Amino acid sequence: MTRLIDWVDARLPVVEAFRKHMSQYYAPRNFNFWYIFGVLAIVVLVNQLLTGVWLTMFYSPTDAFESVQYIMRDVQFGWLIRYMHAVGASAFFLVVYLHMFRGLLYGSYKPPRELVWIFGMLIYVALMAEGFLGYVLPWGNMSYWGAQVIISLVGAVPYELIPFISAAESKEIGEALVTWVRGDYLLSEATVNKFFALHVVAIPIVLLALVVLHILALHEVGSNNPDGVDIKKNKDENGIPKDGIPFHPYYTVKDTVGVVIFLMLFAVVVFFFPDGGGYLIEKPNFGPADPLATPDHIAPVWYYGPYYAMLRATTFDIFMSAKAWGVIIMGGAILILFLLPWLDRNPVKSIRYKGWLSKVALMLLAADFLMLGWLGTQPGSELRKFMAQLGTFYYFGFFLVVLPFAHRFEKSKPVPERVTGGH
Amino acid sequence: MRKLMILLLTLLPVSLPAAGGGAGGEHMKEAPVNLQDQVSLQKGAQLFVNNCMGCHSMDYLRYSRMAEDLDIPEELVQKHLNFGEGKVGSSMTNAVNKDEAEDWFGVAPPDLTLVTRRRSPDWVYSYLTGFYKDDSQAYGYNNHVFKNAAMPHVMADMEQELNEEQFNSAMGDITNFLTYAGEPHRQESERLGVYVLVFLFILLIPAWFLYKEYWKDVD
Amino acid sequence: MSQHGVNTSRRTFLIGATTGVAVVGVGAAAVPFVQSWQPSARAENAGAPVKVDVSQLSPGERVTANWRGRPVWVLRRTDAMLNSLDQVRDQLRDPESDEDQQPEYARNQYRAIKSEYLVVIGICTHLGCSPSYVPDGSSNLDYSGFFCPCHNSKFDIAGRVYQGVPAPTNLVVPPHSYLSDDVVIIGSEEGETTA
Repeated sequence: MTRLIDWVDARLPVVEAFRKHMSQYYAPRNFNFWYIFGVLAIVVLVNQLLTGVWLTMFYSPTDAFESVQYIMRDVQFGWLIRYMHAVGASAFFLVVYLHMFRGLLYGSYKPPRELVWIFGMLIYVALMAEGFLGYVLPWGNMSYWGAQVIISLVGAVPYELIPFISAAESKEIGEALVTWVRGDYLLSEATVNKFFALHVVAIPIVLLALVVLHILALHEVGSNNPDGVDIKKNKDENGIPKDGIPFHPYYTVKDTVGVVIFLMLFAVVVFFFPDGGGYLIEKPNFGPADPLATPDHIAPVWYYGPYYAMLRATTFDIFMSAKAWGVIIMGGAILILFLLPWLDRNPVKSIRYKGWLSKVALMLLAADFLMLGWLGTQPGSELRKFMAQLGTFYYFGFFLVVLPFAHRFEKSKPVPERVTGGH
Repeated sequence: MRKLMILLLTLLPVSLPAAGGGAGGEHMKEAPVNLQDQVSLQKGAQLFVNNCMGCHSMDYLRYSRMAEDLDIPEELVQKHLNFGEGKVGSSMTNAVNKDEAEDWFGVAPPDLTLVTRRRSPDWVYSYLTGFYKDDSQAYGYNNHVFKNAAMPHVMADMEQELNEEQFNSAMGDITNFLTYAGEPHRQESERLGVYVLVFLFILLIPAWFLYKEYWKDVD
Repeated sequence: MSQHGVNTSRRTFLIGATTGVAVVGVGAAAVPFVQSWQPSARAENAGAPVKVDVSQLSPGERVTANWRGRPVWVLRRTDAMLNSLDQVRDQLRDPESDEDQQPEYARNQYRAIKSEYLVVIGICTHLGCSPSYVPDGSSNLDYSGFFCPCHNSKFDIAGRVYQGVPAPTNLVVPPHSYLSDDVVIIGSEEGETTA
């Protein structure tokens, strides 16, 4: 065994790579609960890739709805593989949202980790595209109408913002683009075929590449921690951070526990509540796509809820149509996250040592995001529209006002020299 | 930190209403679904084949699958339920021409394999037991949960012959069968799920002690 | 970080225990993925046993049934054909059907349950062509039998291969049985397998 490793290592630096990324990657000793979600995201990614490859063996985009029923009923254990994939999609977003919130809590996006955050955001955007494309593939009635709404957004983009393009031309461009995306004059097999190729080949390749970059960038600068303390400032005589411990074995054994607990929760949903009361697999999707029958209430899957709520909440016509503003606000809500490392002007990284204003504001943001998510999945009403408008206002307010300026109006606690607490 | 988590958890909505739930309001009744009640499922299968399948297909369920899951011998299925000359492994389709049916009823009778998942078992049960006389309708009946439904009250005779309890029980059997048909692997799934959870718990034990053992170095 | 008093044997044991259980888990998790490659219910249905009503056949008539995508011949043999089986014996490669090219109940001179009816898969054992039926002999065959036009392989009227031809073995007799005197079911042994 040792000789085999030596033989390989002489030709490919596997031992060095293992040391660099595992046994001699020094991670802060004080990781808490919030630090499990990166590993869980990898677990879910592997689940999605495996079950996805297997589903591809039985799915047929030219006979989409039928072939999903074929998987669910005729293929041995097809139901399990499909549920793992469908529930896995929601699990992916849950894990990623918690992972991102961890970043907000402890300022993980702040220098020198801006690139880690950017790659992470790109992963998030790719994931949203992947989720949308995958949602269309079963070609149920909600797939159809969901796709109808989302693809129409391409046509709602205000191209008149580009110089020399008039409002009328903008509309024409929008319509041409929508037809181009569909590959037909209505949503059809042509669209499903296209989305299938993107979902199973193109986006996964991009996603995998981004994951590698995300981790490489992280390991270059090292992990942040709940105290926001730079552990590289305090090294012992061997150059090892005093507050660092080797990722392997300490965090591998710890993460194993987290992964097993996660798998238990995942199994509960997959085996006992696979459609999640209509939140994970929506009821209209148990009927085939029907261009003549719009479901009573078109709702996106929960993970797009917040943005969908913002889109629907945008009802003002100033200079441009409300429809165009809706797209701008929705897109802006995602884009603004990319700027986080530069919007946050607070000298303190971790929420632990920020003042009460920052703490309350962040809690409110979490509540706001949850509220928007819920509103996005519910039928509209005047009250809900108002709540969504308020929520959208706060969302942007947090990133444009609170993050850059809150520290001027609050008293931060002193940040310690070394990390605190155990793990 | 702990305070923060507790706060976050309490912020989650306590009970999320099911997304896209069906309409029906005060007329919704709870369906007597019990997937372990083989007798009810068998009765429901028979009632379905005799009363519903003339118009409604069950395209995604195979006779053989039903025979196995409902513990009905294949010969009996072939004799009493599969009237076509089809093989036992064939799907429970019918000979209705969807276009013609659309001319007769205004809409083609939908396939019912997934009806309990598209609506809900409660909706189906409330619908089946929810017909009432209404002379303004083409077939003389209307329905509480599905106003102006195109479907005639095909079980009107049965409703008159049986007393209310018997009729509701029969409709309950049909609902139970349809619920089974919507997800034939439900029981297998839950059985497997228990094994998986037990296994993961067993895995958790050494993993936990392994973690505690190594972290003695750190604490 | 302190590594004093590390209980190495306890660590080794716990690593072994965790890995062991996890490996079992990975194995179990692989089952659905492996199993899903088996024929699906649709394939099972498409490959379901096929029934043939032999009472409709006149002597010397052959019908072809499609079982799992393969042509299965059901042939009602005449007395002359049955007599020819003895006459060609010496020219055959495996006259006693020693090789496992048929179920046990068809391992006889007629390679059939009922001597009158031959049930055989019509695919040449050489390279998979479908031989042609020669009811009364021809320039290639002295007696009735099957002749494969691809590479001139010859079989007698029980599907037994002649010597000196490319095909190595007798034609395959599929599992089959009689649901009644008149109905033979191909691909299933649920009926009678004795005459």
